[in-house]
Amino acid sequence: MPADEKLADTVYRCEVTVDAPIDLAFEVFTDGFDSWWPRDHHIGAVDMAEAIIEPRRGGKWYERGVDGSTCEWGSVLAWDPPRHLAVAWHLNGEFQYDPDPQRASRVDIRFSEDGPGRTTVRLEHSELDRHGPSWPQLYEGVGSANGWPLTLECFKARLHRT
Amino acid sequence: MSPTASAPTQAKPTRTKATRTKPTPTDVALRALVEPRRRAILQLVAGRELPAGEIAAHFDVTRPAISQHLGVLKDAGLVTERRDGTRRWYRARPEGLAELRAFLEQFWPAALQSFKERAEARARAAT
Repeated sequence: MPADEKLADTVYRCEVTVDAPIDLAFEVFTDGFDSWWPRDHHIGAVDMAEAIIEPRRGGKWYERGVDGSTCEWGSVLAWDPPRHLAVAWHLNGEFQYDPDPQRASRVDIRFSEDGPGRTTVRLEHSELDRHGPSWPQLYEGVGSANGWPLTLECFKARLHRT
Repeated sequence: MSPTASAPTQAKPTRTKATRTKPTPTDVALRALVEPRRRAILQLVAGRELPAGEIAAHFDVTRPAISQHLGVLKDAGLVTERRDGTRRWYRARPEGLAELRAFLEQFWPAALQSFKERAEARARAAT
């Protein structure tokens, strides 16, 4: 498909600068993933006990619930400490795991030095259109305050700021 | 006097203006999606663009029938059509994209802020 056909809004970007050296930043992000990942950012039916990124290309990205159950979120596509991590996001429009890699979006996290002891972390979540049209939103968007699928009760309750 | 068991009478529903309004884009899209073959076509072109001929090859129906389905999907705003010479290419228009982006706009900044706090705490502890 020609490059000009690619929809600009299929990529989401954000970044943050931290007062930490690059090696530590990468380590905290990955090895220390569970120490910072927001506890309400999960899809499992039970509370999350641990959020895990397996530290290798092909590794799994998932949560473990307080009852021992696991919910996969995706897989590790690139592992290049301390500068680059990429994961496949396998959660569809209803926030359920879809194993098909063709229907997964991609999250690239890049770390770069911003002076001594300072690191800029740039996140790019791309190929969002691979999740396909979210039909439930056509059915459930009408009348819903923010248009999100009704199955997303967990996220909705937390993120709908009053 | 014993009460007589009788079914409650329903008030006759009045015909409101709402029953005769123009269909909304959602109505049009829903009607387009009622047909299973159109849903299957949409699945095929989600995230990738395909020419009409290749879409038709996936189904056991005539090419004009597929073209008709594609026309309905296009009118409903569910696919985009691009002409390249004699070929027409179709791609699902990502309806839920705006919602997904809105979600990510809250999701990722919150996550990265939490990461920042943790990384900086670790950095301070290391000095």
